[in-house]
Amino acid sequence: MSAFLQTDLGIAILTLLESLAIIVPLLLGVAYLTWFERKVMGAIQLRKGPNVVGPFGLWQPFADAIKMLFKETIFPTGADKVLFTIAPMITFGLAVVAWAVIPVNDHWAVANINVGILYLFAISSLGVYGIIIAGWASNSKYAFLGALRSAAQMVSYEVSMGFVIVTVLMCVGSLNLNDIVLAQRHIWFAIPLLPLFVIFFISGLAETNRAPFDLAEGETEIVAGFFVEYSAMTFALFFLGEYANMILISAMTTTLFLGGWLSPIPFAPFTLIPGVFWFLLKILVCLFVFVWVRATLPRFRYDQIMSLGWKVFLPISLIWLVLTAGFLEIFGLLPHA
Amino acid sequence: MTRLGRMAWGLVLWEILCGLALTLRYFFKPKATINYPFEKNPTSPRFKGEHALRRYPNGEERCIACKLCEAVCPAQAITIEAAPRDDGSRRTTRYDIDMTKCIYCGLCEEACPVDAIVEGPNFEFATETREELLYNKAKLLDNGDRWEPELAKRLELDAPYR
Repeated sequence: MSAFLQTDLGIAILTLLESLAIIVPLLLGVAYLTWFERKVMGAIQLRKGPNVVGPFGLWQPFADAIKMLFKETIFPTGADKVLFTIAPMITFGLAVVAWAVIPVNDHWAVANINVGILYLFAISSLGVYGIIIAGWASNSKYAFLGALRSAAQMVSYEVSMGFVIVTVLMCVGSLNLNDIVLAQRHIWFAIPLLPLFVIFFISGLAETNRAPFDLAEGETEIVAGFFVEYSAMTFALFFLGEYANMILISAMTTTLFLGGWLSPIPFAPFTLIPGVFWFLLKILVCLFVFVWVRATLPRFRYDQIMSLGWKVFLPISLIWLVLTAGFLEIFGLLPHA
Repeated sequence: MTRLGRMAWGLVLWEILCGLALTLRYFFKPKATINYPFEKNPTSPRFKGEHALRRYPNGEERCIACKLCEAVCPAQAITIEAAPRDDGSRRTTRYDIDMTKCIYCGLCEEACPVDAIVEGPNFEFATETREELLYNKAKLLDNGDRWEPELAKRLELDAPYR
């Protein structure tokens, strides 16, 4: 058996199974994230949220999915049919592909590659393509405006996100996500690098086009932004992609700043619980904050978003990068991995 | 505070944190939702719902075909035709309300000298076709028979204010 697993076919089958083991829970996670969001938003607005379909409304995501499947996909006249169909696939595909390098537990990643964080960063930057193509292919002014906003916003926030990641890398001395988590055995990076943690999280909100940075789809101004023209499953794919991205950003935050799968309480009864549990718990906390922020803050104005990204986050993360480098050098803490 | 001081204070995100704390408090508050088909809000005795034609306790219909309701109806939703009955009393031969025209203003029940046409407490009379909302006399009298205990109670509760 182990000899078979060394052959090309064996490796292919194993990789396929590993990918399924990531994608299926991810899709379920996305489905229940929509439920979770509606419940939390409801609770904050003194409502109950979905509670009719199944116990506590737990079948609601499936009811929604079935509804989406049976709706008609409408192609607007003047739309570029090929690009119009490909755009949601790109968005959703990229959101799933990025999960290949996320370590769910010690060495539990489909691909434990040495440039893990670079790969993540590259994939999340590509996400803007799906949106731009969708906006372009729809041949609608609202979709185009939404796509332009979204592109500008994602590019701006990726810069400061990059500096935050570089700072973390400096403290770890490795691009491998597994090593990044293991470097947090003694203290989570969220504590010594608190301002960067906050910047990273807020940039994550902007990166995923979530409130208060959701003006790519700002309903009040441009209807639904880049996906106005989408319906049925093509719309559902965008929706899934957006929520999968939320989970991805939460997983990145967890890995980079909250100690990944490491137990928050580092002694006996708690360290025995499998790391997957802690990892999922931390992701859930991050997602709660995502939803909580959405329920609290109104949408930013476009120029405010831009000035926040370029005039506040960029200088702060840059200065913090230099300060951290200096600190590590002076106290001889630079890792030599 | 100076402009610089305000900017520095903004970096701490204090006001955003205050907002988050407020919404978190609301997260744990008891919910205001009413589980509609299973729980309902109380309605006032003056609630203007589905129409009904009432009868006297002896079974005689109250309506004397004075057509005041038809005259006062601002939406012209009521159509009445009248003729003397065999015993010589004046009765309606036709009493239609187009529920799709009705604006539920309650002027008909205020105009009625004998409390025959009233708006009842029922608001759950949605139908699947439009034709079902064109009520005739039989339907209205049937409503009256069905809701009479509540209709009488509502009139009694509201009487001191009339």
